[in-house]
Amino acid sequence: MSDYNTQMVEKFRGNFLKEVEANVEEGDWVKMCMQCGVCSGSCPLGPHWEHPPQEIFMLIRANKRDEVLKSDSTWMCTSCYNCIARCPRGLPITHIMHGLATYAKRLGIAPTEQPTAKFAQLFWNNLTKTGRVNELKLGLQLYFMNGIGEGIKTSLKMKDIGLGMLKTKRMSPMELLGGHGCKDAKGLHAILKKAQEIEAAKIGIHGA
Amino acid sequence: MAKKSYSFYPGCSSQKAASASNYQVSVDAMCNVLDIELNEIPDWNCCSASIGYAGGGELPRLALSARNMALSEQAHPNQDIVATCAACWLSTKETQERLHGDKDLMAETNQALAEAGLHVKADKKIRHMVEVLIEDFGYDELGKHVKKPLEGIKIAGYVGCQTNRPFGIAGESFENPKYLDKLITTMGAEACETYEKKVSCCGGALAFSEPEKSQALIKDIIESAYDNGADMIVTPCPVCQMNVEVYQDQINAKHGTKFKMPTVYYSTLMSVAYGKSYKESGLDGQIIPAKQLEKITGK
Repeated sequence: MSDYNTQMVEKFRGNFLKEVEANVEEGDWVKMCMQCGVCSGSCPLGPHWEHPPQEIFMLIRANKRDEVLKSDSTWMCTSCYNCIARCPRGLPITHIMHGLATYAKRLGIAPTEQPTAKFAQLFWNNLTKTGRVNELKLGLQLYFMNGIGEGIKTSLKMKDIGLGMLKTKRMSPMELLGGHGCKDAKGLHAILKKAQEIEAAKIGIHGA
Repeated sequence: MAKKSYSFYPGCSSQKAASASNYQVSVDAMCNVLDIELNEIPDWNCCSASIGYAGGGELPRLALSARNMALSEQAHPNQDIVATCAACWLSTKETQERLHGDKDLMAETNQALAEAGLHVKADKKIRHMVEVLIEDFGYDELGKHVKKPLEGIKIAGYVGCQTNRPFGIAGESFENPKYLDKLITTMGAEACETYEKKVSCCGGALAFSEPEKSQALIKDIIESAYDNGADMIVTPCPVCQMNVEVYQDQINAKHGTKFKMPTVYYSTLMSVAYGKSYKESGLDGQIIPAKQLEKITGK
């Protein structure tokens, strides 16, 4: 468990709702949920959530910190925004789910080996490197994210799709040699570093 | 009509040899006919889409879209920002909403942007290309340019998620938006008006990380198009297009289906109907060829 997690447990002892309101993106909306369940019923991957959004909101209020943050539920969000469009109370549910997932990761207690958690980090690392996504590298990193053995297996499985993309010029091996990017990647990195510092200070992450 | 100019945010997938490069080709052909000038935002960056959140957090993510808006404000001060990618459009619009809803976030974002000598006001209109077509042209005007009506083709308009929710297109409902159907009929084709999966999710970025769960969603989207008698699917989103087109063989292998449903962009349809060639319409980018459209182009 990370120092940050220990600090936050001590700081908000017994009041997980306050912790979510302080540290999670759009977390101050959580108390507005009236438990109607429309979000859970509207979610395309609803059946795959250990706790669908409606339950997540109640678990937060019931102080079930570990049940929320250690579950892989919020990583099931596909960002379809059905829940936001339908929520009668206007909660930005998609963003709260993203916020909770991100927070669990920052605390170091998100489920390990969660494929979307891993892919989300790969995606961020990929795009921030040059300022633009390198699709070919991203695909290969994804296939090999669980090791060489599985990577080769996945690559073979995806071979036909890759060939189709190559043939239609929607992919190019040249991307491996560099590929697209921002001219002012340095400026972009400086912006992101500053933004990270400001955000870390706001939610009490030290030494970021 | 006089030439219309916009500050254009193409996004990563529209670049040369990227997954939606065929989208860009057809957009260029369509804009050529409609006399639309797309001025690319100089040195734009990725918006981090809907999956960048866990690596980025809130402020860094907002800063990405804010940088694009700031560059657009500098380079094209009097032009609306137009995006063709659903995620690019959504992220930029979301950032605008967030920055104007919270003074602290606006100040912090500008503090970050200052590291590269930039400043954002975020007061431009952020528009998806289909909004430009519907609002700045209208169906009647779009129909006037049709040279080769897409007669006898039945098309399922798959709107998907992110051009529809949470912002959507003005005057349309979240549950049954009609604009894509109207575009289809304006081009002379027939729209599947009872297409049940019109606004269902294809899994988005989770098609990569949760392939089985996402492919089950994609299967339903394609199956419903067949059930409605569709010859092809049309979509306004690069992720929808790719997810619905490229996994059909894998879905067939797993579920015993025999899918071979061409999936094109609205701009592909329009380019073909406007008399553009096979190549200009981006039809060479189809992994599953859209043979009826090819035929109309004379290929």
